[in-house]
Amino acid sequence: MRRTIGFKLNGEAVSAEVAPHANLVEVLQDEFGLYGARESCGQGLCGCCTVLVDGRAVSGCLYPAAFADGAEVVTVEHLASGEGLDPVQEAFIEASAFQCGFCTPGFVLMTRQLLDEHPDPDEETIRHYLSGNLCRCAAYPEIIDAVKLAAARRRRG
Amino acid sequence: MKRPTQPTETPQVGRSVPRLESQQKVTGRAEYVHNLRLPGMLYGKIFRASVAHGRIRRIDVSAAQAVGGVYRVVTSDDIRTLLPEPYYGPAFHDQPILAIDKVRHVGEPVAVVLASDPHVAEEAAHLIVVDYEELPAVFDEVEAMTSKAIVHETLKPAGTFPDLKHLKGRTNTNVALDFHLRRGDAERALATADHVFEHTFRTQQVMHTPLEPFVSVAEPRESSLTIHTASQSPSFVRIELARLLGWPENRIRVKVPFLGGGFGAKLYVKLEPLVAVLALLTRRPVKISLTMEEQFFTLTKHASTFRIKSGVTKDGRITSRHCEVWWNGGAYADIGPRVTQKSGFTAPGPYDIEHVAIDSYALYTNLPPAGALRGFGIPQLVWAYESHTDLIARALELDPIAFRRKNILRDGRPQATGTPMQDAAIDKVLERLGVLLDWERPFDRGSGTVRRGRGIAIGFKACISPTTSVAMVNVSADGSCIVYCSTVDMGQGSDTAMAQIAGEVLNLPAEAISIVHSDTDVTPYDMATLGSRSLFHMGNAVRLAAEEARGKLRALAAEVGLAAETPIAEVFRKRYGMQAGNAIGTGTFIPGYTPPDYATGLTPNATPFWMVGGTGVELEVDTETGHVRVARLVNVADVGTPINPKIVATQLSGAAIMQLGFTLSERMRFDAAGQLRNASLAEYKIPGLLDLPREMVNEAVVAAQRTGPFGAKGVGESGTFGVSPAIANAIEDAVGVRLTSLPLDAEAVYRALRAAQGDPLPEA
Repeated sequence: MRRTIGFKLNGEAVSAEVAPHANLVEVLQDEFGLYGARESCGQGLCGCCTVLVDGRAVSGCLYPAAFADGAEVVTVEHLASGEGLDPVQEAFIEASAFQCGFCTPGFVLMTRQLLDEHPDPDEETIRHYLSGNLCRCAAYPEIIDAVKLAAARRRRG
Repeated sequence: MKRPTQPTETPQVGRSVPRLESQQKVTGRAEYVHNLRLPGMLYGKIFRASVAHGRIRRIDVSAAQAVGGVYRVVTSDDIRTLLPEPYYGPAFHDQPILAIDKVRHVGEPVAVVLASDPHVAEEAAHLIVVDYEELPAVFDEVEAMTSKAIVHETLKPAGTFPDLKHLKGRTNTNVALDFHLRRGDAERALATADHVFEHTFRTQQVMHTPLEPFVSVAEPRESSLTIHTASQSPSFVRIELARLLGWPENRIRVKVPFLGGGFGAKLYVKLEPLVAVLALLTRRPVKISLTMEEQFFTLTKHASTFRIKSGVTKDGRITSRHCEVWWNGGAYADIGPRVTQKSGFTAPGPYDIEHVAIDSYALYTNLPPAGALRGFGIPQLVWAYESHTDLIARALELDPIAFRRKNILRDGRPQATGTPMQDAAIDKVLERLGVLLDWERPFDRGSGTVRRGRGIAIGFKACISPTTSVAMVNVSADGSCIVYCSTVDMGQGSDTAMAQIAGEVLNLPAEAISIVHSDTDVTPYDMATLGSRSLFHMGNAVRLAAEEARGKLRALAAEVGLAAETPIAEVFRKRYGMQAGNAIGTGTFIPGYTPPDYATGLTPNATPFWMVGGTGVELEVDTETGHVRVARLVNVADVGTPINPKIVATQLSGAAIMQLGFTLSERMRFDAAGQLRNASLAEYKIPGLLDLPREMVNEAVVAAQRTGPFGAKGVGESGTFGVSPAIANAIEDAVGVRLTSLPLDAEAVYRALRAAQGDPLPEA
């Protein structure tokens, strides 16, 4: 029983026909060509599928697409759609905070949420807040550096 | 990002250039096969074996076929209408595309459901019913030597390797390869040694766990096939598919964008033969994306058992060593026989030992197949020989660094194979570890229930040989440059390194150079992206290609009467009257190699270069829980002269953290029937941010690989070598118990503590 849902995607009003079992990542990929959120573990444990729904990071591979009806959805692709990159993205590049890049969009989105809540996080806070995102290349030390760098930049405005 | 196009005098080699693809990766726009969708594409869902060893009596696909939306269900019977011998593998042609007659491990692919909707395919796959006659199975690598359960009735070596020829047609054995080395007379030397030490160490089966699971797409064309695949070895995929199909190479095109991690999993062929035959059977594009769970059944790292025996003089000189290593290869050989030999010959460790004997065996068992995983068997060997080294030093009351200093291989001295060591800074790695750990200073050993300890370990690896890389460098009429090479960038930063090498030769900024990703119709042959070989082999090929292009540019300038330093665009304009033409250089690199003598395992030239890595650890053990907390992890390696120091540091660090997972938590848990009990990230724990050591130091010693491009050599694996034994050595230092099996998880440590107190815990 497919149904039509309407939501705001990266600032634009959109609609899609979705099956009841479809998750948000599938809809973003199949209907809108957005591949930055990607399924990896399929259990909401790795963070590769992170997207923002009404401003909160969710695991898109576990999030029924139908629940997005009427919501505001933001993906990693939106961060750099204005002028230049987001300061978090810039910091990830400068700190060399990724290798294969598969988990990076999830880390970038979670880092933004972390910095919204904790503008000047200490290392312990960073480790705990991002502990639900996995990076098999283990760029973790560089990710911590990137978060600190981005925090400093954001505080300076 | 701004891409400068003007030539620059800045040296390109030795600069920490950010990865060229950085912007694509942080914006989520980097290309992975995962993203690919083609018109008319079918999705395949694999039905897998539920028994570890069984003869297939009957496969009933009728219920699956009846599901609305199912396009077709395929079994090996369908495949054999296309290919009479659908078996693949790099060393043995032992792996059927789908199971034929019997299954050899739980999770082996038996059938595939194809549908336009992957959910339909998945639902239908659950409805397939297979009736098995269960057979006795063998899971342990040592038992497999003598077990009556035989995994393969007949051995089928690929025939391309001379050292496998004697195995052809052999029956009633699980030994896929036996490698032996004899130098001096270890047996006699052991019999007369002042001290003899013998220990046995084991490692567990673990999995690469790339976050991008295996994914391949086959696209049938009129008389050709295009394969889009997350593969570390596009050239091998093409050659192996050409062999299977009986086609010339030029009818198969293999394209590889970025990989979301590889670590040795995505090598040789995996899903590619399956999607290829499905596309040929249906004349539709077919995609198969594995789930994380399915990865556990696809390729793993060898579990192993290593019995090591050493003869040592009173004053601490190792004079003899006998190494017996059993590698648990699982149900299909994959590259295991090469691990057995090419890593096997380094089993005595980086030590100068006069009398050496090595017996290394690749075993078939009824577990998921094992192959290469970041180190090609080396971490398993270093685990054993560096635990053993520490035990000897303790027994003789020698300082672990001083004991090693007395015994390490120094440049010019022959390694076990007889090959003289060259450009292998084992001494520097050892000494820097001592400095970075402040070894001479008194160490705080903790008190109460938290005890502190420290340990070190060093290891080395020979780069696999002989292998070939070919590159092309194209300078266009405006002076911009494109590098064509089949090295796959799976996160190690090869695109950036190759651009730096080409830029160094052509005096262009690395950021201005484009890299064409693997496309076998466009990019030339490369053996594979594995074993830390690419920077050395492809780096040399790119350097040669760039030098040839530079030579042609200079000749062109001379031909039209311009000075050699004239801007390139001006030279082309003068020669062709407009912006036109190219200068194309090619480079082919294959290092020298002498195969080992079959009987003795000896050779004067075993490898083009040696990798050296060492780790020092300071840790805490909670004696009430067995928990180990690594406070400080120091990784030191000889990587030659780094092309990109920042990327080198992140490779060392990433490799060490990955090995930390293999040391402290990761373990595939099988029950007595060979069923895997923890095939998910919920129960198979890879390191996260909370598992990170409090402090890490990563250092490349000052060194040069004289035969490498600008003094460089590979770095992808070196950070893994010493981690596991350094931790075990530090645990003994802290709490006086010795663990000989990985992983060193809290339960194992706590059990050992209780056993040492004479109050062992009952077995679970």
